[in-house]
Amino acid sequence: MLKIGVLALQGAVSEHIRSLESAGAEAVAVKRTEELQDLHGLVIPGGESTTIGKLMRKYGFMDAVRDFAAQGKPVFGTCAGLIILASEIEGQEEAHLGLMNMTVARNAFGRQRESFETDLDVKGIDNPIRAVFIRAPLIKSVGAGVEVLSTYKGEIVTARQGRFLAASYHPELTDDYRLHAYFLEMAKEAAASKA
Amino acid sequence: METGTSRVKRGMAEMQKGGVIMDVMNAEQAKVAEAAGATAVMALERVPSDIRAAGGVARMADPTIVEEVMKVVSIPVMAKARIGHYVEAKVLESMGVDYIDESEVLTPADEIFHISKNEFTIPFVCGAKDLGEALRRIQEGAAMLRTKGEPGTGNIVEAVRHLRLINGQIRKIQGLSKDELYNEAKLLGVPYDLLLGVHETGKLPVVNFAAGGVATPSDAALMMHLGADGVFVGSGIFKSDSPEKFARAIVEATTHYQDYKLIAEVSKNLGTPMKGIEISKLNAAERMQDRGI
Repeated sequence: MLKIGVLALQGAVSEHIRSLESAGAEAVAVKRTEELQDLHGLVIPGGESTTIGKLMRKYGFMDAVRDFAAQGKPVFGTCAGLIILASEIEGQEEAHLGLMNMTVARNAFGRQRESFETDLDVKGIDNPIRAVFIRAPLIKSVGAGVEVLSTYKGEIVTARQGRFLAASYHPELTDDYRLHAYFLEMAKEAAASKA
Repeated sequence: METGTSRVKRGMAEMQKGGVIMDVMNAEQAKVAEAAGATAVMALERVPSDIRAAGGVARMADPTIVEEVMKVVSIPVMAKARIGHYVEAKVLESMGVDYIDESEVLTPADEIFHISKNEFTIPFVCGAKDLGEALRRIQEGAAMLRTKGEPGTGNIVEAVRHLRLINGQIRKIQGLSKDELYNEAKLLGVPYDLLLGVHETGKLPVVNFAAGGVATPSDAALMMHLGADGVFVGSGIFKSDSPEKFARAIVEATTHYQDYKLIAEVSKNLGTPMKGIEISKLNAAERMQDRGI
């Protein structure tokens, strides 16, 4: 069975664990870099990207997750996790992991009163998924190697670059596990190509 | 496209889990809180310990303070409205505050009715000291709960009491038979459907943070150990000797609440925490937790 970690420094960890388990994986919370070792993939959850970024730096996760990714293991970021994955953040000098070649804008829809849910078509998934956007970021532009999987009102909200997947919204807040299943397929391919 | 759904409101609180929400009184403190890793700030005119000291009627903060804080941080900004004060809450909503705390720290505007929170697009957090209060607030539309504790005392004992009571009550509800649940709903004064949900899932349908008396990194970790989803720190940070250090230490202790060596490390040389108050020294009128039940 695939074993997927959910970075558990802050944010909606238990929701991702539940979604991953429902999609058929073993899921564990990751608080220390050593715990990355035997994983087939990592989810960086929604939360506050400033807090998660700060704690990742403090506990050595920046290098550890870059090493993890360099081994060809997949990483999936939702909302704050998407910001952590981006190579550039509008209005900020420093990016976090910088693994995905894209520029993102934080709180791109406005404040909490502008948060919403909607049906969203995602390339590779048959019917629309219910997407919950909470003070959500947007992908303003993507660079080489990044495939756009979905847009909302012309703006990019889901993207994939090789073994990295990013969503502006929160698939973990619904009972629809298809995006998690999509990520598990990525993890399965990665594990197979390694073997 | 729908805004203000229960999933959007409760989901916002879920994104705060494992985090620390800090009371701030101005832009400068808000920046300190954000830099220390706070997941949100609560913009106030006075922290609870100052409200206690000042006496008189405590109201919603001057909108200038809230606006100033909203301008300087990118994390969510919360603000407090008096219990039952619909208009203060509407004012805060109109300003674009991200979360409203209908709070017993302020002097209640209504001794019977809470705000009908379902009517708002932005979410509310409310205090609760037992399961009855918790489920009544959820029925009114609260999308997040916190223990009441005893605000502004720097004494964790009441927050511990409230969280243990709620969790103990949840365990008891889980063990009841369905026919016993009807009577329990009556005794607690809560809707049967919400109680049935607790019976089936063994948990509250919204996030429950600790609040009211957290003064040290160990206090924050204790509340996480007891099952809190995260921590509010009111007077504990900016009434301590070194707010920046306290703020950072409380954030780390909340994340790594089971790593006692780390908590020891971050607790070193923090200076003096806020001065505490023994709960038995408070007279009935000074007990904020008894407001809004």
